[in-house]
Amino acid sequence: MESLKDQAAIVGIGETVYTRDSGRSELSMAVEAAKTAIADAGLEPKDIDGIVKFTADSTPQGELAACLGIPYLRYYGELGPLGGAACGLVIQAAMAVSRGLANNVVIYRSVNGRSGARYGSGVVTTRRGEGNAAFTEPYGLLVPGQSSALRARRHMHEFGTTERHYGAVALAFRKHACLNPRAIMYGRPITMEDYLNAKMFFDPLRIFDCALEADGANAFVVTSAERASDIKHRPVYIMGSAQALPAASGGSGRSWDDSGASWLAPELFGGAGVTPKDIDVIGFYDHFSTVIITKLEDYGFCQRGEGGPFVEEGRIELGGEIPVNTSGGHLSEAYLQGMNQIIEVVRQLRGDSHAQVENAELGLVDSGDGAGALILRR
Amino acid sequence: MTSAQFPLPVPNLDNQEFFDKCREHRLVLRRCRDCALFSHPPRPNCLNCASDNLEWVESKGRGVVYTFTITRQPVSRAFEGRLPWAVVDVKLEEGVHLISNLVDCDPEEIEIGMAVEVVFEEVNAEITLPKFKRVS
Repeated sequence: MESLKDQAAIVGIGETVYTRDSGRSELSMAVEAAKTAIADAGLEPKDIDGIVKFTADSTPQGELAACLGIPYLRYYGELGPLGGAACGLVIQAAMAVSRGLANNVVIYRSVNGRSGARYGSGVVTTRRGEGNAAFTEPYGLLVPGQSSALRARRHMHEFGTTERHYGAVALAFRKHACLNPRAIMYGRPITMEDYLNAKMFFDPLRIFDCALEADGANAFVVTSAERASDIKHRPVYIMGSAQALPAASGGSGRSWDDSGASWLAPELFGGAGVTPKDIDVIGFYDHFSTVIITKLEDYGFCQRGEGGPFVEEGRIELGGEIPVNTSGGHLSEAYLQGMNQIIEVVRQLRGDSHAQVENAELGLVDSGDGAGALILRR
Repeated sequence: MTSAQFPLPVPNLDNQEFFDKCREHRLVLRRCRDCALFSHPPRPNCLNCASDNLEWVESKGRGVVYTFTITRQPVSRAFEGRLPWAVVDVKLEEGVHLISNLVDCDPEEIEIGMAVEVVFEEVNAEITLPKFKRVS
């Protein structure tokens, strides 16, 4: 069967400013990001015939199409439930454009994640004691950070991972954010001392370990490899792609270690025909700093249990062995549910980043806990 | 540690028996009659072999703290006035994990590997929650 390798490309990217109080509707921000991405691709809104959305996004595909002056969509789709969607949506778009179901597909995410309903408070994810939440919420396990904290505490116990290791992740991304004027934390460097003295939220996670809830929108345009050669910017090809939905993970039956990343890594690298050593830059979904350490293990950048020591000595910083989240990531740029990392890796592969990795050719991005991942190439 | 201010379980057809037995102060788990795997939360099928030939088995109620987290900031309104709040993952001798709380234990004293056993907290007429206490 023909694989998706190199069949489609990301050809346009767009983002609004990131703020803590946009004062705008999610629809209006979605339109701005989409228009920017379409123009960046050198296309007109009328060239867009497909739109795919996060299930969690309040903006319906039809409303976005309407505000872009598109009379109807040949292709539309969505993916849920929350943060794991971005890479899977790129895969949907790549399938659509490479099989002729659409010519140009827009993927978007628009959220007033700070001024509106905040993930960190549990209001977005709460299930009010229904389903499997009947076995978690009554005990005060209410917000995503607590689950990451449970996993992190276990990692510390099993492998000797320390608070300073989590701090090294937070500091690396903050350092990157300080190179990126779009980042909410631009101009606000932190030291390890600041980190260790910071408020403990969900022990062992501090405030600096948590995604920065933000208002803003991201969009990009996916087109077929064939069309991509006519596009304004250097296309960024989707070389590898995989999704994984672990059954009954976390506190609902199987292991806390059962991340999507550990399941999908062989297919991701095998499909692209590359290994972790070939990757020049990473855009990991960092809802919490702690997941960076387990993802580096799960994707094979280091051995299981060695993620803590791996993030020391600037290894994941610009200039290090494998720079991660060079725009500041969710911790220090903005929490746009994995979309802004994809945009940053596209920028890296175009050679346009504020924290440019020299001669970056291959990038890895992922969503959620490894719900989906892509290998992108220039 | 009382759970009164948190969302309470809304039992469904797959787990009603679990909560019914909790009211009798009995902790029950799903076990597969075909492959003997214990599973939790209760589902209609086995996580290993997909069999629907499951039975309810009373747990010994003993286990160890597998991991824990202490919430120290009022990240949700539900935590106001009740911090620090400790959530534990207990690994039962039967091999399954339960999210729960420890009663009569200072959060600062919780350690991974601590031996615990089940106790029951009657929240209201319908809902009794399994919680755990330290065993010496």
